[in-house]
Amino acid sequence: MTPFVAPSLLTLSEVSAVFCLLLILLVPFAGAGLALINSGLGRSRSAAHAMIAALCVTALAALVYVIVGFAWQGAAGRPDHVLMVAGKAWGWIAAEPFFLRGLRLDLSPAALVVLLQMFSVGLAGLIPLSSGADRWRLGAICASTALLAGWTYPLFAHWTWGGGWLAQLGANCGLGRGFVDGGGSSAIQVVGGVTALSIAWILGPRRGKFSAEGMPAALPGHNVVLVLLGCLFAWIGWTALNSAGAMLFLGVEPGRVVLIAVNTTLCAAASGLTAGVVTRVRFGRPDASLSANGWVAGLVASSAAAAFLKPAAAMIVGGVAGILVVSVADFLEFQLAVDDPGGAVSVHAVGGLWGVLAVALLADAGPGGQWLAQLVGIATLLGFVLPLSYGLNWLLDRVYRQRVAREGELQGMDLFELGAGAYPEFDIHGDEFMQR
Amino acid sequence: MKLAGLLLLVAGWTIVVAAVALLPSAGARVGFVLAGIAVELFGLALAVRSHLVLQAEGE
Repeated sequence: MTPFVAPSLLTLSEVSAVFCLLLILLVPFAGAGLALINSGLGRSRSAAHAMIAALCVTALAALVYVIVGFAWQGAAGRPDHVLMVAGKAWGWIAAEPFFLRGLRLDLSPAALVVLLQMFSVGLAGLIPLSSGADRWRLGAICASTALLAGWTYPLFAHWTWGGGWLAQLGANCGLGRGFVDGGGSSAIQVVGGVTALSIAWILGPRRGKFSAEGMPAALPGHNVVLVLLGCLFAWIGWTALNSAGAMLFLGVEPGRVVLIAVNTTLCAAASGLTAGVVTRVRFGRPDASLSANGWVAGLVASSAAAAFLKPAAAMIVGGVAGILVVSVADFLEFQLAVDDPGGAVSVHAVGGLWGVLAVALLADAGPGGQWLAQLVGIATLLGFVLPLSYGLNWLLDRVYRQRVAREGELQGMDLFELGAGAYPEFDIHGDEFMQR
Repeated sequence: MKLAGLLLLVAGWTIVVAAVALLPSAGARVGFVLAGIAVELFGLALAVRSHLVLQAEGE
């Protein structure tokens, strides 16, 4: 286990670096979009709680990432610890100092990586808010986010983007270009999505969600306008995220940003429309919430491969994501009894896994063996990140109970935890869905 | 049962990592990676099943 400097140090011209910086500064729109979507898909009596939780997550994720996260993640070409196996060096964790010490925050690629990752880790942290809506305590949200931003996310991000062992699969084993994920289908979306699944398992369903026979009740979101507005914000942020990520982590030239933006839009469009058509066929009318989830799932699926897809392939990726998101949301609720109010698992975990796989199936990502590298990445997300995330959150739950007390659910998270509702001028009605 | 499911997930991943790091032949590597993923899927199914059982007991 010795510090080792990976050979692939990215260089950017000053013009490219400024262009990349401008893209990165648009990424927080993705977080704003997710925050609006989470709030809109939750209950009105927890709307303020959802938004303040989003702000807390974004703030805490940035702080923890700067304090310890980047020290574990690092960047390609910077020092990391390696394990020597069968004569080959495999990077497993970065060897950077805490608090970004020694790093010049200018237009260098490493500094741009830090800025992009401060926003990205917040985005990953927003995803579990969706599955824990209406019953997840604010203190527990902050503690869980600290674990995600300080450990789970940086570790997988190092393996993917920091020159770690997944990125080295190409050089060490001849598997294509190694694990490829330009915009974070895996490192941001699936990591957030499997954390969302862990949280849904640990918290259990909302009161009144499932009958004694196990049949789920419909608990519709309180404001679909917020949800759809969030989709539009997310579109801007995701286009920037995919473009900046591809420049920094895949080394694509700035001219390819046009292709990335076209593919990102096509993926979202195809996915949103497909989800609308599927719900129209199944329920007789297009479902606005599921169509919005389809739109976001298309953005999620586009992230890994947007730099390598042909436009027609991007439409296929989006179309499949739209079908998956509706089917998996139903399957989770009706067959697996997972109460995920915002659809985080179907949108981010499943959409992200499909995006990672799409690199192998549909993208022109380089030499052969790419599909095996992508499968190894998927195996790592399921076999390492999911147990790690579940284990950390389970331990946290033992120390500090994550689910709000029964009174909190009956009263609503706004009044119970914040002391004031989001819509104080409206009458608060009894909840017909709540089993008292 | 959920712990067993999670341990199977980790075991499947260990098979995948070992195959990639240690096996020189492409065919054997593919076979073991697929076997590792199959073990992971079994573990995931076990974890999901235990969640259903625990929830039914809770109700």
